[in-house]
Parts: sequence; C-alpha cells; structure tokens
Amino acid sequence: MITPENLDEQESRIPQMRFDPMQAEEAEEIPQLKTENGQTPAITLLKTNLPEGRSPNRVLQAVKVSTEHLNFFYGQKQALEDICIQIREQCVTAFIGPSGCGKSTFLRTMNRMNDLIPGARVDGSVLIDGRDIYARQADPIELRRRVGMIFQKSNPFPKSIYENVAYGVRINNLARSRKSLDEVVERTLRGAALWDEVKDSLHKSSLALSGGQQQRLCIARALAIEPEILLMDEPASALDPISTAKIEELIFELKKRYTIVIVTHNMQQAARVSDFTGFFLIGRLMEFGDTRRIFTNPSKKETEDYITGRFG
Amino acid sequence: MPAGLGARFQPRFFEANYWISLTPMNEQIATQPPEIVALSAPPSLLSSSWTRRIRMGDLVARGITFLAALSVLVITVALAWELYKGSVPSIKEFGWKFITQKTWDPVFLSFGSITFLFGTLITSVIALLLAVPVGIGAAIFLAELAPRAISSALTFVIELLAAVPSVIYGLLGIFVLVPFMREHGGASLKAALGFLPIFSGPNYGVGVLTAGIVLAVMIVPFIISISREVLLAVPREQREASMALGATHWETTWHVAMVYARSGIFGSIFLALARALGETMAVTMVIGNTPQISASLFAPGYTMAAVIANEFTEATGDLYLSALVEIGLLLFVMTMIINALARLLIWSTVRKQGAAA
Ligand SMILES: Nc1ncnc2c1ncn2[C@@H]1O[C@H](COP(=O)(O)OP(=O)(O)O)[C@@H](O)[C@H]1O
Ligand SMILES: [Mg+2]
Repeated sequence: MITPENLDEQESRIPQMRFDPMQAEEAEEIPQLKTENGQTPAITLLKTNLPEGRSPNRVLQAVKVSTEHLNFFYGQKQALEDICIQIREQCVTAFIGPSGCGKSTFLRTMNRMNDLIPGARVDGSVLIDGRDIYARQADPIELRRRVGMIFQKSNPFPKSIYENVAYGVRINNLARSRKSLDEVVERTLRGAALWDEVKDSLHKSSLALSGGQQQRLCIARALAIEPEILLMDEPASALDPISTAKIEELIFELKKRYTIVIVTHNMQQAARVSDFTGFFLIGRLMEFGDTRRIFTNPSKKETEDYITGRFG
Repeated sequence: MPAGLGARFQPRFFEANYWISLTPMNEQIATQPPEIVALSAPPSLLSSSWTRRIRMGDLVARGITFLAALSVLVITVALAWELYKGSVPSIKEFGWKFITQKTWDPVFLSFGSITFLFGTLITSVIALLLAVPVGIGAAIFLAELAPRAISSALTFVIELLAAVPSVIYGLLGIFVLVPFMREHGGASLKAALGFLPIFSGPNYGVGVLTAGIVLAVMIVPFIISISREVLLAVPREQREASMALGATHWETTWHVAMVYARSGIFGSIFLALARALGETMAVTMVIGNTPQISASLFAPGYTMAAVIANEFTEATGDLYLSALVEIGLLLFVMTMIINALARLLIWSTVRKQGAAA
C-alpha cells in the first residue's frame, strides 16, 4: 500500500520532497510564478537541483488532496479499495490502468459526483486542503465550485458558446455586470486556447464546433468559475491527434494555476503531461509516484506489465 | 446507463414531424448512413445475386415508404381542395365579410364567422394558460423529483387520462364543472377579480371559461406525458456537466434539462393546442352555443368545430351548408397557420440558443 511515508521513500531520488525552511532561505525565488491576481502561491517556489526537464514547482508543492483509506461501493459492489494518496498542488497527477479498474470512480469521489448515483457509498475520507469533503457539514455544491470537472465525452450545453462559458458564472453569481461577465468569458476562452477560433462566433451554437473545440469549450466552462482543482476524465480519448496535442499543451499551461488530476488510458499521454502517475488495478492503487520513475523503473510487477503492454 | 436513458424515450403521442426535432443535431449527423460499401467493391461482387437482392430490397423498401409518405400529402391536399370546393358558394356570396361579420342568421341567410373564430381562439388560449404551467410543472415533478415508483404509477394514470374520449370530459363538465362554476367558482372569481371586465356579467355556469377549463383538463395529460418523456431523455452528461459547475439540482433542471428538452416541450404544447382548437364534443357540451363576442369569460360562446357539428345535419339550403364548410376551411387554415408559427418559433429559439434538442 502507498502511504504518505513510503511515497516519500519512493521519491527518494528526488532531493527535498518536503518543504524545508532552512533550504528556503538559501534558494532564490522564481519570480514569474505568481498567480494572476498577484498573490504569491502559498508555498514559495524554489530552485533546487531538480532532475533535468522537470517543472521546478513539483517537488515542493503542498498537498492539495489526500485520501485516507478510501473505499467506494456501488451498492454491494466495491469499486475502490483502501486508496491512500496525496495529490500535490499545481502538479499534474495522472491515473492509468485498465478500463473498469475504478479510475473514473476515484476521480468522481473528489468532487462528489458519485453522490448522484443511487446506492453509491463512500467510506474513509477525502481531504482537500486538509478538510474532509465528506464531512457532515461539507456542502457538495460549494465543493464542486472549487473542483472543476472535464468529462470523457465533451458535453457542451445546447446554448451559444458565450452562454456555455457564462453558465457557471451566472449560476454562482460571480459576475456583477454584463461587462465583467464579458471579460470573464473572454479571459477564460483565451485561457482555454479557444478565443482566436471562436471570437467572431460567440453567440453561435456550441454544437457547431469541432470535437476538439467542444472539449476546449468544456474546459473553458469549467475554468470560468476559477476552480482550484481540475479533474479530467480521459479528456482526449475521443479526439484526433492534433486536438489531443492541443489539449495536452493546454494542460501544461493550466498546471501553473491549477491542481490537475487526469485519467487517461493513453500511457504516452500520462508520461507526457504528468508529474505524478498512479496505477490502478481492480479498484486498488497499485503504485503511485514520480511519473518518470513509474515509467522507467516501476516497483511493482503489475505496473511493469501494464506499461509494457502485457495486459490491459 | 446513459444508453438506457436514451432508449426509454418513445414519442408515444407524437406526430411524426415533431419527432425529428427531438433528436440532437449531432446525433442526426452521426447517424447519417455510411456510404454504400458495395459501390467500391470489385465488379465480380457487384453482379453477384446477393448484392442484387440487397439492392432490390432497398428499392422496394424505398418505394413502399415513399408511397406511405405520399399518401399523407395526397390526403392533405384533397382535404383542402374539397373544403375549398364546398365553400365556393359562400365565398362568392360573402367574400371577406364572412370573416369579419358577426351575424349568423340561417333564416335570412346572412353568415359571418368572427364569433366562432373568437370562441375557438379564446377557449384554446384559456386552456393553454391553465394547462401549460400545470403540465410542465407536473412533468418536471415526475421526471426529476418524484421517486421512481410514484412517477411510473402517476404516469400510467396520466396516459389513461389522455385516452379518455372527449364526450366523457363533456359529461364531467356538465355534471361537475358547470354546477361548480355556477355556485362557487364563478362567484368567488367575481368576488376577487370582479373589477376586471373579463370576470363581470352574469354567470350561468356554462360559458367560455368553463369550456376553457374542460379543454385544459383534456390537454394537460398530453403536455405532461410528452414533456416528461423528453425530460427523461436528457442525457446524463448534460446534467453532470451542470452539477459539476456547482449548480443545484433545481438549477440543473431549469437551466439545462429544460433547455435541452425545450423543443420537445414546445412540441407537446403545440400538439395540445392543436387538440384544443379542434376539440368539438366536450366544448359544445359546456360552452352554451351562442354565437357572440363578449368581454366576459362567463358569457356563453360558440366555437368553429362546435357549430359545424351542431348545425350540419339541420343545414337546409346550399348557402347554409357552404357557410359551414367554409368555417371548416377556416379552421383548417387556422390550424395550419398556428402550426407553421409553432415551427417557426421552435426553429428560431433553437437557432438562437444552439441546435440541440
Ligand atoms: N453507476 C455505476 N453503477 C454500478 N457500477 C458502476 C457504475 N459506474 C461504474 N461502475 C463499476 O465500477 C467499476 C469501476 O468503473 P470506472 O470507475 O468507470 O472504471 P474506469 O474509469 O477505470 O474504466 C467498474 O467495474 C464498473 O462496472
Ligand atoms: Mg472511466
């Protein structure tokens, strides 16, 4: 089983998993990594001796989501078994595994989408920023504002492009005027790398867009309410390679500001976009750790078999 | 499970032409038939008897379905032509005055139909005003809020109601609604809203308002049943997309499911309207059958369908008969126009807000 302790062990090749204030004083800040509204992120980002080619912020990021002995049941059927994991802020965490192994189910425990399924039951806890989202006083509506979700099949509303993006903003009363709503729509569409393609047809139907554009519109729709976490369930599985590349590029951009959790059945994709990778098998999290290590030096036989294509 | 939701949907009360607009556009595109593979097959395959048989089957099927479709068109045209032919004497005699004139006098053979037009429209409008909110509200309850068991039980009853013959509703009107309106309903409306001209004047129980209420009762099952089905056919992905943005269940129903289902719901309303416009029996039993235009909804009236049914057997003389046929023609044209407007409305909202549903 993977616990917070042995997660660190697994990461032992990477120096400084934990935030160390002594180290912090010596290191220099990386100035460009400020959030859009000018606040510095909760953790000061440090330049350390990183493994080459990796984003600097991954190593020292705080834990955003963690689960403790999470079990999940569809009626009698257990879909997740004793999942313990820590997902770090401003990183991309990917989950791979054969289909039906519970990846989507796990993703959907993080925004309580499974609440909508009759007979579904959760046991154990999911903490976001240290707070249990399944606690009695926790509000799932409030939670879903903070945890956006992108679905496997793009599902824009049969409304205009503008109205799709504005939907969440309107529902949550986040814009005070038409003008500020316009601004949010433009900013978000730019953020989702869609603005240039749709700026002249904002009030046309979203269903006239191509599949890839529709999926980016769904991303824009999720971003418009400024979530902290973005859950993506096989967001590119129905798309052609070019659209997929665009989505992946977008994920790289987005991780500067969001914690991204992505489910994918495409291992190249997991290897390309993620900082951490978890491997699921029949409801269990078999292995979790640094993406490069999982793909180059997995510690479990099952993981190795899966990534080398021996099953799944 | 999502597939299951889709498969539940059967457009039971639908006219074939409403059905098309229920299919989301992307699906329509997706279900375009694939190119016929045989075309690119080698010549030896093409000439095999097997492919020929397939092709013959195609031709026969196409021919039969085409004839079926054609028959609808033929019937419509024949209907219009017969109605027109029958009303020629009346059209010649009265011209446009037939539409604008109030008198309906079989003795002096002076006919005008505005009172019937008015009666038909006003009863249908009253019926819609009452039935649409109730129908859509009930559909939302059944599709979104009620527990499964209650929902299916109620739906069963509602579909029974839709199949009750209209004369039964007429009896219900005569024995229950008319006395009720005379003794309680009308009086309390007057007490509360008597200052409005529409609720002034004597109240006999029979009248335009009572007819509108009976019509509303008759059409509400259609609206509920169809609207419920289209709401149930809204894909789960649509609701999840909304819920994932922090919308409540109700917000999701109202802003997403209703929007997705809107053309089907419009369809149910217009189907109900078409039934209200043409309803004869139940209306004639409670409306009072008096050709007049009155501001008061308590006043008796007369509808186009009712006058045709009541007077056709006793119509003596060609002109009288022809006048009745012309009313039929007007009813036909009016229904066509309203249907066209409905279509236009659906088309324009769908185009404005996005093309699904
Ligand atoms: N709504 C549901 N009701 C019952 N069982 C479900 C439901 N959704 C998923 N499952 C079951 O839970 C298991 C995990 O499914 P899922 O999380 O969708 O897997 P993955 O996303 O990895 O393909 C599967 O065995 C699936 O059959
Ligand atoms: Mg899945």
